[in-house]
Amino acid sequence: MIYLELFIAFFLANILGYGGGPSVIPLIKYEAVDRYGWMDGSRFAEILALGNTLPGPIATKMAGYIGYEQGGILGATIALIATVLPSLLLMIGLLKLLMKFKSSPRIQNMMLLIQPVIIALLATIAIDFFVDSFDKIGSIHLILISAVSLFVMEKLKLHPFFVIVAALIYGFFVI
Amino acid sequence: MWSNMIWALLRVSILGFGGGPSSIPLLHKEAVEKYKWFTDEEFTNILAIGNSLPGPILTKMAGYVGYYLKGTLGAIIAILITTVPTIAAMIGLFALLGSVSGNVHVENATTAIEPVIGVMLAVMAYQMWHKNKQKLGLIISIGMTGIIAALLYFTNLHPAFLIVALLIIGALRSKPISIKKQEKGAKQ
Repeated sequence: MIYLELFIAFFLANILGYGGGPSVIPLIKYEAVDRYGWMDGSRFAEILALGNTLPGPIATKMAGYIGYEQGGILGATIALIATVLPSLLLMIGLLKLLMKFKSSPRIQNMMLLIQPVIIALLATIAIDFFVDSFDKIGSIHLILISAVSLFVMEKLKLHPFFVIVAALIYGFFVI
Repeated sequence: MWSNMIWALLRVSILGFGGGPSSIPLLHKEAVEKYKWFTDEEFTNILAIGNSLPGPILTKMAGYVGYYLKGTLGAIIAILITTVPTIAAMIGLFALLGSVSGNVHVENATTAIEPVIGVMLAVMAYQMWHKNKQKLGLIISIGMTGIIAALLYFTNLHPAFLIVALLIIGALRSKPISIKKQEKGAKQ
């Protein structure tokens, strides 16, 4: 039964794929290509490539698209639920617990000590983005886009929406 | 409130090129800076818990925002907004084009966004660090952040291990670690 298979495939891939997109993709590939044989490897690569050009998390796009291809709108819905729901329920449960005890010194210590991890994480993701774009579009475009967006967002306080749309247009026509 | 939430999440959803991480500063912009649903600290907590759980980061965070603001229905709407538009775009594009992979212009356009997201992440990290050093002290804050950043960048260590380890250390101390004079928490 395709709906059950879709659910199991995307549930397993996302629960086991600890660490976001890059670690989930091979697991989705394993389920969709190797285990259930819904498509071959090159078709999977094509879907992945298109998914990467669109915004949003790659795991939900892959789930939605593969689910739709295999089982229509119901298939897409089931694959999406399997991707999103288990971790969201855990998230809501943990945060509820946290909010309940947030005035306790122990909880405050916990929340204070994890801040450096989040700061370091954001900084390293920023570096990844800079390095990746340096490799692809070179230093001049990288410095220009970074400097302009820093000035426009932090000095002029313009919403990132405009900066991102401008960057998309610049990348498409100028680079 | 509904329309603010829907528009905020829609902006995050359609601007988050480059996967989950790029949506983090966009969501921060909306939920903390623009609409002030959360303080910086609350957002950090949500991000930390979200990062320690499997599954896509955007749907976990957006789903929680929806739940926090509007309960279960809010969570469902939040998930739909952050997933349906791009899935529909994907199905539509495949039907139209067969495939767009390999188009240099499209690739350059999505790459041109990376420095913008990089800048947003760097600013966010700096602002969080600025607040953190007032509580942990300059030396501990720089030391911890630097060492952790080096570990994350140069090894394959997953941040969840560090988060869980520090949560345990924090839980073992019954006295406040913060050097800042007691605020909210100590009143009761």
